[in-house]
Amino acid sequence: MSDLSLLEPTQTAPPRQFDYDRFFNSLGAWTLALLWALPLLYAIWTAFHPAAYEARFELFAPVTLENFSKAWSAAPFARYFLNTFMLVTIILIAQFVLGTLAAYAFARFEFPGSGFLFTLVLLQLLVMPDILIVENYKMIGTLGLMDTIVAIGLPYMASGFGIFLLRQTFKTIPKELDEAARVEGAGPLTVLWKVYVPLAIPTYLAYGLVSVSHHWNNFLWPLIITNSVETRPVTVGLSIFAAVDGGVEWSVINAATLMTSGPLLIAFLLFQRQFVQSFMRAGIK
Amino acid sequence: MKFIFKSLRLAASTAAFTLGTAISAYAVDLQFYFPVAVGGMAAQTIEELTAEYAAANPDVNIDAVYAGSYQDTVSKALTAARGGNPPQLSVILSVDMFTLIDEDVILAFDDIANSEEDKKWLDSFYPAFMKNSQTGGKTYGIPFQRSTPVLYWNKEAFKAAGLDAEKAPATWEEMVSMGKVLVKKDASGNVTQWGVRIPSSGFPYWLFQGLTTENDVILANADGNQTDFDNPKVVEALEYLVDLSAKHGVMAPGIIEWGATPKAFFEGNTAMIWTSTGNLTNVRNNAPFEFGVAMLPANKRRGAPTGGGNFYIFKDSSEEQEKASIDFVKWITAPKQAAKWSMATGYVAPSPAAWETDEMKAYVADFPPALVAREQLDHAVAELSTYQNQRVTRIFNDALHSAITGKKSAEDALKSAQKDADRILSEYR
Amino acid sequence: MTKRMQWIYGWLLLTPAMVMLFAFTHFPAITTIINSFFSTSRGRRPAKFVGLRNYEELISDPTFWKVLVNNLWYALATIPASIGISLLMAIWVNDKLKGRSLVRMSFFAPTVLPLIAVANIWMFFYTPGFGLIDQIRMGVFGLPENSWLGSQETVLICMMIVTIWKEAGFFMIFYLAALQAIPPSYKEAADIEGASRWAFFWKITFPLLMPTTLFVSINAVINSFRLVDHIFAMTGGGPDNASSLLLFYIYEVAFKYWQTSYAATLTVVMLAILSIIAIGQFFFMDRRVHYK
Repeated sequence: MSDLSLLEPTQTAPPRQFDYDRFFNSLGAWTLALLWALPLLYAIWTAFHPAAYEARFELFAPVTLENFSKAWSAAPFARYFLNTFMLVTIILIAQFVLGTLAAYAFARFEFPGSGFLFTLVLLQLLVMPDILIVENYKMIGTLGLMDTIVAIGLPYMASGFGIFLLRQTFKTIPKELDEAARVEGAGPLTVLWKVYVPLAIPTYLAYGLVSVSHHWNNFLWPLIITNSVETRPVTVGLSIFAAVDGGVEWSVINAATLMTSGPLLIAFLLFQRQFVQSFMRAGIK
Repeated sequence: MKFIFKSLRLAASTAAFTLGTAISAYAVDLQFYFPVAVGGMAAQTIEELTAEYAAANPDVNIDAVYAGSYQDTVSKALTAARGGNPPQLSVILSVDMFTLIDEDVILAFDDIANSEEDKKWLDSFYPAFMKNSQTGGKTYGIPFQRSTPVLYWNKEAFKAAGLDAEKAPATWEEMVSMGKVLVKKDASGNVTQWGVRIPSSGFPYWLFQGLTTENDVILANADGNQTDFDNPKVVEALEYLVDLSAKHGVMAPGIIEWGATPKAFFEGNTAMIWTSTGNLTNVRNNAPFEFGVAMLPANKRRGAPTGGGNFYIFKDSSEEQEKASIDFVKWITAPKQAAKWSMATGYVAPSPAAWETDEMKAYVADFPPALVAREQLDHAVAELSTYQNQRVTRIFNDALHSAITGKKSAEDALKSAQKDADRILSEYR
Repeated sequence: MTKRMQWIYGWLLLTPAMVMLFAFTHFPAITTIINSFFSTSRGRRPAKFVGLRNYEELISDPTFWKVLVNNLWYALATIPASIGISLLMAIWVNDKLKGRSLVRMSFFAPTVLPLIAVANIWMFFYTPGFGLIDQIRMGVFGLPENSWLGSQETVLICMMIVTIWKEAGFFMIFYLAALQAIPPSYKEAADIEGASRWAFFWKITFPLLMPTTLFVSINAVINSFRLVDHIFAMTGGGPDNASSLLLFYIYEVAFKYWQTSYAATLTVVMLAILSIIAIGQFFFMDRRVHYK
């Protein structure tokens, strides 16, 4: 393909020449997209058809909404959903607040130990709480927070990734803006709030989206730390729902999956352009 | 609370009459964890039953907590007990009995319920279910959410293969010979319908225990500290299982998924399946053909394990709570309630009396396959259960897997499993 | 602002985040190491110092070695594959392409779907006989049914495919943002020079994407040790631990067998592996990313 374009520079190519390069790239992109969409398409297929069509793909199979009502009544998904929503919100707020303060310190203040402490922060990029489940479980037990939503969020509230990202962004903000604000008599916190935070909004957005989609889908730690309907997030709820003695009912499980990840899926569908742009502007690349 | 009760009881000897009304003002609080391992009606039925009990006993407050899977429930109960705040009652797998004893968190029923009447009550359950509920002469669990594996067969597939549609295989040989007739192949020689399907994913030991029992061998002693994995009869049973696919070609090769087994049955991928009675309602609702339910086929004898969950009573409760707990367990396992539970979920009603209730009789008359599980109980043995149960069964499961996937011979796999189990269990002897 | 004020502000701003980091990352990492030298308390028997006994057990535990080797293969396969595919996706989606937003949506959707739930869908794909893959194999190619998850040879590959499917779309977003930041004038200049797409990619695009590749590769390394959700739903680590990974094994040992000290010992191994990778990446990054 590439040799072809070398032999025929664009200027001399006849105008209606078939573009093999473009054709094969489009074909490849579409094939891969189809492969990647298969699981989702299958979930939609089974969720809207009776169980008898789980493994049969007939064009005129009857359409039904029964799987959704079955899933909805078989487990307290509304409550699970609320739990996940609260969890994600708590984590996001905490990560923003703690991350902003720490990033501000690293970006604009000179104090002894800052280099060492920053290394400790970066350490969390690899030694993440997800692998320290055994000790964190004990820690939560000691704090008496077993089986609470806060406990699911606690290990993630100070995020090394978040601090790193915000520090990078804050460092790109011209010092002159900072100094101008100070001349007008603003204290460090006012400067942070009035100058740094507004200029870092794309970073917050991009990081927020990564954080939300990560914690919305997190499973192992909530599985360990929660035990009741009042605290369990949707992922754990779904896993219990799917793991029954009586055999897998794919249609109902998939209806539940679509129901619980629907909001996130639709949100991305609507905002995907802004999503990519915020990544670009945030300099996460 | 405890103090108030104690002082009340002290006063009771002198002023019994006035206290009769005073006690009901101080309601007993019971917390009760339950797992749900079958879909649909299970959680709802439990909540209905506890509500019914609470209505009839206003002096007892029952807080029924749906704690998730069996695994979640036992960890939640253990965690709570270690934190000094155990539930009073919980339904937990019968095989977790030794773990709960080891952790020192449960009470024996005979220690708190020792009247003549209580003894009669403990004797009212099927002995097969009590085998996993008693050790060292004491009863630690009361059977409630119990099951046993059975064989389901597709009558239409039997007819199509020229077999008697009303007759399931009664012996190992018959299962192989009928299986061979039932295997269907397409034009390119690929199997489109297998003869039989014995799932082996997740917890293969349970269905395999059907085979070992039929081969007349018990996998673990009643004290839970000695296994017999490398007994030649166990080896023979495993060789039979492996040969079903490797030699006779009547079962799909490799590890077979438990969860997809009913679906494989409905799709005609297999003509017979082994699975829990807990699937009865599912198969009844979804099989697009006529099916039959039979006891597992026999070899040296008939046999099957039991499975599922028991009621346990936890330590560190007040005497009133213990009494109320026993009273609740008695009530919910009483024939009428047990029958209701059994019909809603497919679990096997734990006492003969439950099968004698009018509701149950009507149900069985309408749906005779429900009876098979009860008949099989006469031949059933305790589910494999030892100290450090999860670890020991995992070792055994891994051995089964390595034999089924052809990595080791049955004998080698079981020998090394026995050695590993010995190492773990030696400290309990 | 005086020097002292700088110090005080710096520390004060840092305190909340550092307290949380210490409590849930550094402190547990240290207690993990300490606990690996003690026995597990059980019932009324307290934990006692046992020296290296947990490590001796580790060395003689065949399951540990099997799981470790699995995890290394898992990392070796999923890291380059998911990075390569995500880069390809980003280049395609960045190009003029009919139905671009639909394609992008399809690539990204797995990121949004919880792995524990989609694992059930993959279970169906892999089901022997009437599962999607076998329906195609048998219907179109006339091949026999195959037990994908039930054989020790294929099960880990099946899990890798699910992981790659799950994370490629996420990485694609990072590449996409980086690609869009490359000035179009580069491409125009290359076109005038008559450079092929292939040459342009290797000489211009790829080096410019280097920082992104490093960032993405850190994520991929972490995921190869962290992403075990699908094992819970699909195989439970079987057959005979052929699909078990280190973190899954740690979970089983800690929360199913309640051998918390041994689980701590396994965690120490994980920490050691991650530290080696961290040091390696630190040197690598130091050399390659400075031009940014």
